Amino acid sequence: MSAGQLPRWVDYGLIPVLNLVAAFLVSGLVVILIGESPIEAVQILLWGSLGFGEGIGFTLFYATNFIFTGLAVAVAFHAGLFNIGGEGQAYIGGLGVAWACLLLDHYVPWWVTMPLAVAGAALMGAAWAFIPAWLQATRGSHVVITTIMFNFIAASLMVYLLVNVMSEPGSMQPETRTFEDGGRLPFLNDMMPWVDFGTAPVNFSLILAILACIAVWLIIWRTRLGYEIRSFGANASAAVYAGIDPVRTIIITMLISGALAGMMAINEIMGSQHRLLIEFVTGYGFVGIAVALMGRAHPVGIVLAAILFGMLYQGGAELSFEIPAITRDMIVVIQGLVILFAGALEHMFRPFLIQAFAVGRGAAAQAG
Amino acid sequence: MFDTFILILDSTVRLSTPLLLACLAGLYSERAGVVDIGLEGKMLGAAFGAGAVGYLTGNAWAGLLAGIAVSIGLALIHGFASITNRGNQIVSGVAINFLAAGLTALLGQTWFRQGGRTPPLPEGGRFENIELPFAEAMRDVPLIGQIYSELLSGHNILVYIAFAAVPITWWVLFRTRFGLRLRAVGENPAAVDTAGISVIWLRYRAVIVCGMLCGVAGSYLSIAQSSGFITNMTAGKGFIALAALIFAKWQPLNAMLACLLFGFLDAVAIRLQGQELPGIGEVPVQFFQALPYILTVILLAGFIGKAIPPKAAGVPYTKERT
Repeated sequence: MSAGQLPRWVDYGLIPVLNLVAAFLVSGLVVILIGESPIEAVQILLWGSLGFGEGIGFTLFYATNFIFTGLAVAVAFHAGLFNIGGEGQAYIGGLGVAWACLLLDHYVPWWVTMPLAVAGAALMGAAWAFIPAWLQATRGSHVVITTIMFNFIAASLMVYLLVNVMSEPGSMQPETRTFEDGGRLPFLNDMMPWVDFGTAPVNFSLILAILACIAVWLIIWRTRLGYEIRSFGANASAAVYAGIDPVRTIIITMLISGALAGMMAINEIMGSQHRLLIEFVTGYGFVGIAVALMGRAHPVGIVLAAILFGMLYQGGAELSFEIPAITRDMIVVIQGLVILFAGALEHMFRPFLIQAFAVGRGAAAQAG
Repeated sequence: MFDTFILILDSTVRLSTPLLLACLAGLYSERAGVVDIGLEGKMLGAAFGAGAVGYLTGNAWAGLLAGIAVSIGLALIHGFASITNRGNQIVSGVAINFLAAGLTALLGQTWFRQGGRTPPLPEGGRFENIELPFAEAMRDVPLIGQIYSELLSGHNILVYIAFAAVPITWWVLFRTRFGLRLRAVGENPAAVDTAGISVIWLRYRAVIVCGMLCGVAGSYLSIAQSSGFITNMTAGKGFIALAALIFAKWQPLNAMLACLLFGFLDAVAIRLQGQELPGIGEVPVQFFQALPYILTVILLAGFIGKAIPPKAAGVPYTKERT
């Protein structure tokens, strides 16, 4: 350890907080720019997302989406891969959910449909990640570019399917029919009578998301596969020299990542909308990048970051209701700033901190 | 039949122009080793800046300058993150796309109160179409006259600028000292550094040129092609330009051909909407929308030649290890 290194708590605690503070300060400037009070905005945002049962319910509902897409990006990170195709994988994952629900909802209760819907979502999401993964592994074409392309191909494909193939006969809406009870996950509000989430659609998927976090933790840190993934991500050539098959590692990692992104559709489609419709992903896949970055690609961090973004989504909705001048686009701005400061400008404060700690250490050494 | 064909080609030129400008923008940046998936955001920001200033001043050139200024501003953020701070270039690009999407809609609503659009441009705020000399007189000459007066004449100045930028870019990249250094910094920055040339300043210049061209591309959308800014009016064009850049294998002339191809697909899709093709039936419009991306993926798979990016693209340059 040279004098340039920082203690772990600074790396994992202080730097993310500083980045976040910087992002929020700039967001505050934007609020001032449009002539509103940032203090008032923060109050409404906090109250709207955490101040009452329904608000908390919505926060947790959005957080569920972010946990899935955040985990998806994080798993790929561990192998040094950048999956920005979560958007498309989640969208296509919706197909798997919808097929399971449309097929079974008349005949069986939800807990029979659910495993199939989860499998469908994971399979379709993984399938959509497979071609980019295979191209990266065998042809060396960059996974970032191919996953972007696949996001757009997914968007076109889904519009085509929903308009021409899957829409209800006689309906002009680009969406499937509404699922019956057998294709609906129970709301947490109904499962736990002692809490009051009001009309918030937070549902059983939250539990699935927590299970996914545990599964990811086990896979990445407690299995041979996870060791291979992390070794490959840390130093690909050393990993290959140690006998790790790069093609296999890349493809399996991307399949897991795609499956996790696809499972986001469970929450939206089976948990809340109860039908497959166009554009239900709307940015959750991209925000997953920010969630994974802020959560330092660790499940615990991802849950915390997902809740933060859930608060932004719900608080922002409340904010645009209370102060119409601050439209929901403000949330997109804040997300952009968080991605910028917590992601791209991650190391901006590092040199200052390293200097500060070096000075501190020097003083301590002299005193000692 | 021939008339229809000329009309499709004419709209191909119009639809290709923003793609071409953005594609050349990306070319400068990526050739210098800075990957840019923020083309979309820069175009959108520029479209808003141009639409707003074009409306307020009634001067298209002022609008264009504003568009370029906004785009360069966003490009400098990208440069600061990815060159100075050696941050992840992909993440920075994503951030810029988010910022542009959010800020244009938010500020548009705050300033103009029309749901995020800018009001229609006044007289002079928009680049008008230019009739080339003798276009009217040539109109009746078969073939050549039609091509000249329909296809070549009657576009606005930005279209001509975009197509002129292709040979200029080629010349700059392959015949000037700046171009040689720019390409070198994208392939082997350490060698450029050893020669005593600043990697950082070179990359910043590349990023600024990228911002300028994206600025023209975005301004074209709001003050030339249409009259005013609409929320999210780029609608993925920045990503099609990115696809075209890969499809063109990072070569200026190929970039023009790729953008014309993608523009042509778009024009055909608009033309064929709701029409039956003999023997095939109705081709869904979504197929044409996805085709640029599908073609690019097929190219990347190595079925149509091989796309090799600049070697140092996406890798921040570290001068010394500490």
